[in-house]
Amino acid sequence: MMPVWLELIIRVVAVVVAFLTLPLIVGQAEHKVMAHMQGRLGPMYAGAYHGWAQLVADGVKFVQKEDITPRDADRGVFRLAPLVALFPYLLVLLAIPLGPGNLVAQPLDVGLFFVLAVLGVGVLAVLMSAWASANKYSLLGGLRGAAQLLGYELPLVLAAASVAMAAGTLSLPGIVEAWKPWWLLWQAPAAIIFFVSGLAEIRRPPFDMPIADSELVFGYMTEYTGLRFAFFLLAEYVGIIVIAALTTVLFLGGWHGPAADQLGWLWTLLKIFALSFVIIWLRVTYPRLREDQLQRLCWLVLVPLALGQLVLTAAVKVAT
Amino acid sequence: MTDDGERSTPGKGLVQGLAVTLKTMTKRSTTQQYPDVEPELPPRSRGVIALLEENCTVCMLCARECPDWCIYIDSHKEEVVVPGAARARQRNVLDKFDIDFSLCMYCGICIEVCPFDALHWTPEFEYAETDVLDLLHDKNRLGEWMRTVPPPPAHDVLGEPSKEEATAARKAAGPGAATAAKADVRRTSTPTAGRPNRAAHAKPEPPEQPQ
Repeated sequence: MMPVWLELIIRVVAVVVAFLTLPLIVGQAEHKVMAHMQGRLGPMYAGAYHGWAQLVADGVKFVQKEDITPRDADRGVFRLAPLVALFPYLLVLLAIPLGPGNLVAQPLDVGLFFVLAVLGVGVLAVLMSAWASANKYSLLGGLRGAAQLLGYELPLVLAAASVAMAAGTLSLPGIVEAWKPWWLLWQAPAAIIFFVSGLAEIRRPPFDMPIADSELVFGYMTEYTGLRFAFFLLAEYVGIIVIAALTTVLFLGGWHGPAADQLGWLWTLLKIFALSFVIIWLRVTYPRLREDQLQRLCWLVLVPLALGQLVLTAAVKVAT
Repeated sequence: MTDDGERSTPGKGLVQGLAVTLKTMTKRSTTQQYPDVEPELPPRSRGVIALLEENCTVCMLCARECPDWCIYIDSHKEEVVVPGAARARQRNVLDKFDIDFSLCMYCGICIEVCPFDALHWTPEFEYAETDVLDLLHDKNRLGEWMRTVPPPPAHDVLGEPSKEEATAARKAAGPGAATAAKADVRRTSTPTAGRPNRAAHAKPEPPEQPQ
């Protein structure tokens, strides 16, 4: 057995590496998939082969840019907000199981609870950046973001509660252990609700009203430049990974698949990338919802459906 | 589809939207990788105007017809002594022939109007400059473009024959046929002139009627 500290370092390094590479892969996929869905080619020059190094080049560009803090901005809060946006996702990645048998950075008995709680911190980053920017567009975007994130937190938690109730545990590896293929049908409404409200939680199109570049310049990110802006973008891509990973773990059976004992991690990653593709696909296909349509979808469709799913889950659970 | 067809299946539009984007993704993009791959230009592309200096007689038609006066021509007269002739002939010699491509609007009127085919379109379009003054092409530069003039496109098989071809065909058919053709043209050009009227006309001018 290796010493505890070595194991700890390996796990943390692995998570940080995943945290830095997976978003790049997803970001590059978004560039190319979106381009081809729109009949374009996307980046073709950076890195010589089909623009594979585009995001690296973007990163270098962002680092070189001037870091501007507006004069009227609340300096400390303004500068802290991008980190607050990014950090929760890093913590969430810690708790996501990749494969069977302790292949998780930090197994937690209350993993689901921890993940949902930490995800909720995202709204704080939005409000911080919006309020501290001293910009009316930022403020409007932030208010929209707050309304959206608080609203969609409810169906998200209800859908997750349904699967936790089905599995009888809050531990993420435990939920995957308990998962059976027929849950795909039983928990299907919860899966869709979780995925849709997850999209809203990470403010991806068609739920990007807080950013809404055609009406709010760039929402709460309007005043950000350089590296801090890059952090917000990185947070968006990590958000895709996190939502895809959570949906995989909770509803698609995580590492379950042929030869799960050896290739479990591969199955998890495959499912995560497939869901990331769907997230990109939805972004390309659908126009942005109006603010009232957004709230209507949440409160009149998703919340009642999630409650119905809870009742169904409870009924089946009691019956079996 | 009925009037309430779009209400009949909720979510149909959403699925169709997804199908459209997915189908587009599987198709090849039509993007042209321009600086790496030369574009395939259609025939008669208007890139730049070339000057064949030998054909120019300094008639100034192009400069006068140019809508934005972007052709500048200077010339002088030269005496050419022709042996056997009573007097020395005079000939125009081109000193300057500039086209300012910062003003040119590529209407092609100069090329159309040139009676001796001294001006030609070429499809070359990569002559951007960092200084606008460099867009004034002098006659040497315009002459260099001649190398890029494509051969004229093939004649339309369904179109009427060119003037040269028609003349050649008429000459080959002999002198009688030529006048008959002329008479034929006149007959069709004045359809109101009836047969008796034409007979009356025919009397005062017998030499034109060969039969």
